[in-house]
Amino acid sequence: MKKTLALVLALCMIFSLAACGQKAAPAAAKTKIGMVTDVGGVNDNSFNQGAWEGLQALAAEDSAFEVKYLESKTDADYQTNINTFIDEGYDLIITVGYMLADATRDAAEANPDQKFAIVDDSTNADLPNVACLMFAQEQCSYLVGLVAGYMTESKTVGYVQGMVSDTMNLFGVGYISGVLAACPDATVLQYNANNFGDIAGGNTAAKDMITKGADVIYHAAGGTGIGVLNACEEAGIWGIGVDGDQAASLGLDKVVCSARKSVDVAAQDMSKAVKEGRFTPGVHTYDLTNGGVGIYTTGDHIPADVLEKVEAAQKEIASGAKTVPTTPAECPQFTLG
Amino acid sequence: MTNFVNSLGIILFATLVYATPLLYGALGSCFSEVSGVVNIGIEGMMTAGAFTGTVVAYFTGNPWIGFICGGLAGAFFGMLHAIATVKLGADQTIAGTAINMLGPGIVIMLAKVLFNSTDTIPLTASQKIPKLFAGLFDTTTVFGRFMDNVFANYASTYLVFVAVVIVWFVFYKTRFGLRLRACGEHPQACETLGIDVIKMRFLCVCISGFLAGLGGACVTMTISTQFRPISIVGQGFIAIAAVIFGKFRPHGALLGCLLFGFCSGLKVVLGGSSGINMHLVSMIPYVVTVLALILFVGKSRVPAASGKPYIKAK
Repeated sequence: MKKTLALVLALCMIFSLAACGQKAAPAAAKTKIGMVTDVGGVNDNSFNQGAWEGLQALAAEDSAFEVKYLESKTDADYQTNINTFIDEGYDLIITVGYMLADATRDAAEANPDQKFAIVDDSTNADLPNVACLMFAQEQCSYLVGLVAGYMTESKTVGYVQGMVSDTMNLFGVGYISGVLAACPDATVLQYNANNFGDIAGGNTAAKDMITKGADVIYHAAGGTGIGVLNACEEAGIWGIGVDGDQAASLGLDKVVCSARKSVDVAAQDMSKAVKEGRFTPGVHTYDLTNGGVGIYTTGDHIPADVLEKVEAAQKEIASGAKTVPTTPAECPQFTLG
Repeated sequence: MTNFVNSLGIILFATLVYATPLLYGALGSCFSEVSGVVNIGIEGMMTAGAFTGTVVAYFTGNPWIGFICGGLAGAFFGMLHAIATVKLGADQTIAGTAINMLGPGIVIMLAKVLFNSTDTIPLTASQKIPKLFAGLFDTTTVFGRFMDNVFANYASTYLVFVAVVIVWFVFYKTRFGLRLRACGEHPQACETLGIDVIKMRFLCVCISGFLAGLGGACVTMTISTQFRPISIVGQGFIAIAAVIFGKFRPHGALLGCLLFGFCSGLKVVLGGSSGINMHLVSMIPYVVTVLALILFVGKSRVPAASGKPYIKAK
């Protein structure tokens, strides 16, 4: 009796396997795009989320794309997740964040025919099968800096950064340059939280700046920035968000604007390039010329004359008539670096 | 002088901002430890409270219902801990660690189910725990700003100080408190005097979870408007450290939490205005805590029966 049962069960399993195989048989050849997140996860309100929303939108409008993401819980998952996509024959693997730079390099060297794109890293630009998606975050920071400079009444503005590194310093250098371009005698209070997840610390830092007279504060500090924007909201002064549209995503009334970094556009761009056979390795810069960065003005808090000036500056930068500093050396008022 | 008063105001503000959730957690930890059950799961219970508080406040529109439900969610995980350790005699440290994994895990799963995201939908101003004395002080003067920074604080902050007094009173001035402490020192003796040790401990671990849950809720419902996976990152463990620092007494834990908060405020004020390396400045709260533990506190006396499961028949 037992034997019969075992046989029946075994047969069931074999048939169900066969059924699976049939289902997976190739339909029309799809372009498969796989995305590996960093430890922030897919709902990080930042680049992971941006990239995934971009891919979802792409798949929704063009059924020739098949998109999937794998979340990394720890650093050890990067390699495994990348390999999963390689084994499943994905056409393009997008790795999100500079934390995946090493894992991407190893995988790209071991699989020269596999195409990769990495967000926020340029160290892999020498590999023939990796596209590095870089963002001119100093440009969008410059624009929000202009807003801060024009809108401050106390001539004191604040800035909170999550970490000191070359990439993060771009935010501060751009912002402060913008503030000073709009209001040359402004004081910029600066604080490096050295932490992307300290809400209470961000709240305190903003409170400190407000006490010292700041009436506009920008943050490039991830979760720490939530505390900053909430302190601004409660004190009734302007806060400036970053990456996404934080006036909308956080539901705050005193977020005057947010610096936009469109990882979604970059992810879509790369996916289309792969589908159309025009993938090129090396550094791809997303800036004001191609709409890769910009400014969200949800809430319409910016006065028309200020908005006009910001749009004029945006055009000048996009046309190349104006360049925004990128290093602390070019912006001596930036004291965090 | 102006600068000094301003900075002092900010440091005191930060002390309260950091200390409030820690204090709820620490009071919770006191209840559990003093009754003889090691509760390392404070962090997980705080996470549960942080999530539940915001979600309930979002759906009901009432911050106080949210706040209480945050506590109840913590109490639920406290109950799980109590079932495992008090009823079934499981290893208390391991059960606590399990709570720390289970709490965030369940919460993130629920967040994905409810909101299709790991974050909850942000609360509006009226759904947040209100600030007391906001707008009472004239912030154009130095003194007014100082008063505003220090005293215009969330109701949950004022509440926690009341809670410290209540817990102290319960521990040292009531029959219940005497029994509770006795359970942590010599459960067998309690049993012979007719105290139901199992019931007592079970209740205390649940209260512990309730307080920890309130601590979590007051993070996400005050200085933040939503729950995110980074809302509770280590506060539960610092709360436990504060309890050890305070020799398992509520008023001692109060000092521990305030000291940690004060140093965190110092970190922000120093980091914003001086050229000191930020990595060094970031270490201040932790270094001071370790030094204070070594130099001034002396030996912390753990309740004699803490960590040992109580089995009636023995």
